[in-house]
Amino acid sequence: MADVPLIEARAVVKRFGSLIANDHVDLDVAAGEIHALLGENGAGKSTLVKMLYGLMQPNEGTIAWRGKPVTLANPRAARALGIGMVFQHFSLFENLTVAENIALALDAAPSHERIEQVSRAYGLPLEPRRPVWALSVGERQRVEIIRCLLQDPKLLILDEPTSVLTPQEAEGLFATLETLKMEGRSVLYISHKLEEVKRLCDRATILRHGKRIATCDPKRESAASMARMMVGDDVAAVRLVEHDASGPVRLALVDADHMPDDPHGTSLKSVSLEVRAGEILGIAGVAGNGQDELFAVLSGERLCDRAENVVIDGVPVGRETINARRKRGTAFVPEERLGHAAAPRFRLSVNALVSGHATNGFVRRGFIDRAKALDWVDRVTKRFDVRKGARDPEAKALSGGNLQKFVVGREILRNPSILVVAQPTWGVDAGAATLIRQALVDLARRGSAVLVISQDLDELLEISDRIAVMYHGTMSMPQPVRGLSRETIGLMMAGARLGAAA
Amino acid sequence: MRIVLEKRDDTSAFAAVLSPVIAVLLTLVAGAIMFALMGKDPLAALSTYFLSPLQDWGSIQEIFVAATPIVLIAVGLSLCYLSNNWNIGAEGQLVMGAIFGGFVAIVTHGVPNGPWVFPVMLLAGMLGGALFGLVPAVLKTRFGANEILTSLMLVYVAELLLDWLVRGPWRDPHGFNFPQSVMFEPEALALRLVETGRLHVGALLMLVVVIAGAVVMGRTLKGFEVRLVGEAPRAARFAGFDDKRLTLTVFALSGALAGIAGVLVVSAQIGQLQPTISPGYGFTAIIVAFLGRLNPIGCLVAGLFLALTFIGGENAQIFLRLPLDVTRVFQGFLLFFVLACDTLMLYRIRIEREAAA
Repeated sequence: MADVPLIEARAVVKRFGSLIANDHVDLDVAAGEIHALLGENGAGKSTLVKMLYGLMQPNEGTIAWRGKPVTLANPRAARALGIGMVFQHFSLFENLTVAENIALALDAAPSHERIEQVSRAYGLPLEPRRPVWALSVGERQRVEIIRCLLQDPKLLILDEPTSVLTPQEAEGLFATLETLKMEGRSVLYISHKLEEVKRLCDRATILRHGKRIATCDPKRESAASMARMMVGDDVAAVRLVEHDASGPVRLALVDADHMPDDPHGTSLKSVSLEVRAGEILGIAGVAGNGQDELFAVLSGERLCDRAENVVIDGVPVGRETINARRKRGTAFVPEERLGHAAAPRFRLSVNALVSGHATNGFVRRGFIDRAKALDWVDRVTKRFDVRKGARDPEAKALSGGNLQKFVVGREILRNPSILVVAQPTWGVDAGAATLIRQALVDLARRGSAVLVISQDLDELLEISDRIAVMYHGTMSMPQPVRGLSRETIGLMMAGARLGAAA
Repeated sequence: MRIVLEKRDDTSAFAAVLSPVIAVLLTLVAGAIMFALMGKDPLAALSTYFLSPLQDWGSIQEIFVAATPIVLIAVGLSLCYLSNNWNIGAEGQLVMGAIFGGFVAIVTHGVPNGPWVFPVMLLAGMLGGALFGLVPAVLKTRFGANEILTSLMLVYVAELLLDWLVRGPWRDPHGFNFPQSVMFEPEALALRLVETGRLHVGALLMLVVVIAGAVVMGRTLKGFEVRLVGEAPRAARFAGFDDKRLTLTVFALSGALAGIAGVLVVSAQIGQLQPTISPGYGFTAIIVAFLGRLNPIGCLVAGLFLALTFIGGENAQIFLRLPLDVTRVFQGFLLFFVLACDTLMLYRIRIEREAAA
């Protein structure tokens, strides 16, 4: 590739206050290349591509397009050059149709025929007249990609595109990216899934703590060697020990139906499950298939129609509040760290009260015992290695991984006999993820029943004893993890029924 | 080119205290300009407004008398606003409290009674204000009606009800057809704390409410619940707090405090029911709640300051022949600058130029 690179970042620096998010980072993407950008959360990947897309300006360094230095003052300027970007979080209006969403982003609205034609040509079929709320997550991503492709980009930036897809949907996306490459377009592909990077990408640039560590050919590296470059040292694996996962049923959901308040939510349709003492039950599924509602009925944030719908240690609790269930030894960790598990602008000692005020003795006769809450923070900090700048900072001052360690640790330190946790390591760096998974495994080994709702299949395969899949508000039969393949789960995530096959 | 408001990462506690101080200074500057434009000497006018009320004991008492209803209401409103319940109708709840309390004073008029009359009036006023405050709360929790609109509109309902009562069924039969009730008997008047002047037991009540409010908000689980519901509703649900029940609670509580304020206004300041009993205490309290950082102690400080402008405004009417509306304009300035300073404290302004693509 002796030609001039399509886009090149030279020694770009981006600072946020005292934090250096990008420290003299170099990156070049050649024409017709699929280039991976690898790194842990917080390594600076998003900052770098936001500068390439004109959303942020570098403090130092230059960006060159086809060899000429350019200033990308805003995304419009980037799009004018031929740069398109698909974000991890979609920017679609749920109540508008596919075609309307596409028209909103473009200067001239394309006809329905043109949308259909382009979407078919790239193997991403779309119906322009459907409202976005009726689309699956994978289909919504297609809308975003087609919206970019209609602008005829030379470079397409994709931010963790497969994190919301089933394995089969991801295959479809890979085929589309190959097509783009054949047409001479370039793709900058952000991911931390090393296997798919090895398969798909021509080169990979690896960032760690804001610095470029290496640019390599992923086909010549092993997943382990790239992981080492990302993390810095060998990642500790979760220690699993032989154990008995056939204790008594501690938590059960029996024929639970639930209509969500949110009109775009998913109804639960006669969902049943059982979690036994000593076992980790994994719930897989693409986001938006009823996981939020499942968490809400298990925790008691939403009450069931009948008390018998939820059973804790043989007692029907479907009409009990979340605090009554906590007093029975159950603990919960919701998916959203900020805003759900913790209040962003409250200190950690105050956030300890959010889930602990009814059970942890922080409150006596209505008065808050601040010293006790602060002591609890110290214990969680020590046991779960929560790194923070002060003894008792506001929750929003913590990094994602450290706040996650806090909100998981806050529950596990109580030694709950039942733990329900959603997305325990979502957006968390590898070190914190291992620590959290180990804590979940250890809790189960001590005889607790653990239910893990996750979109990370590798995580579920690593720590679960059995896995069930949610699809359109229904729950599959749980399958023992041994002998279960990614492909089988993938098919179940896409709605295939597994009857006698198991 | 466009102007963008960007959230600041970090806001210091110092800035949170400094912001209302800057707002007060800007209000003084804007007021001085206004007086100059009206052809008055700005310094003389400002000193009439802000210094003349502090120069004799009688005026200082008047400041406390005027501050009492404002601070009582502002403490209640702070609880509402902290929990994301926008009660704008305290003025109506005040009037309804005065009607309920006034009813007790009128039916005990001219019959054997005792020192229990005034406490019963306070209880009746609390009940009236609380029930009237619950109307927008129920409409919000049951039907999703916007409480800003409903609570504001209900102010007119209460005011017109009072107007009808004093012109109709409750009119003093010996009052020469003036639209007013009988003068309350001594048992129905608030206890005076001093021989000369109007300082009354309500000032003590105000201090008790401020301290109780500060303790509840700072130390108790209930205070935590109020703040959590306002700050992070999903986290509040996760904590097992019922946001609908809290909406009912804070509306009832702030209505009850406004009701007490209403009883104090009629029994300590006026001594009877009239078509109009409040110079807008319920609306002024909104300014006071924000100026006081939604903190009970802050409300006390801000309420005394606003009361100063009321008394100063009366002096300006007498000595400078300035209309009472100038006082309203002053208070408007103050709210505007408080909100502006808060916005600039929480956000920074960035000017974005369109780049040549």
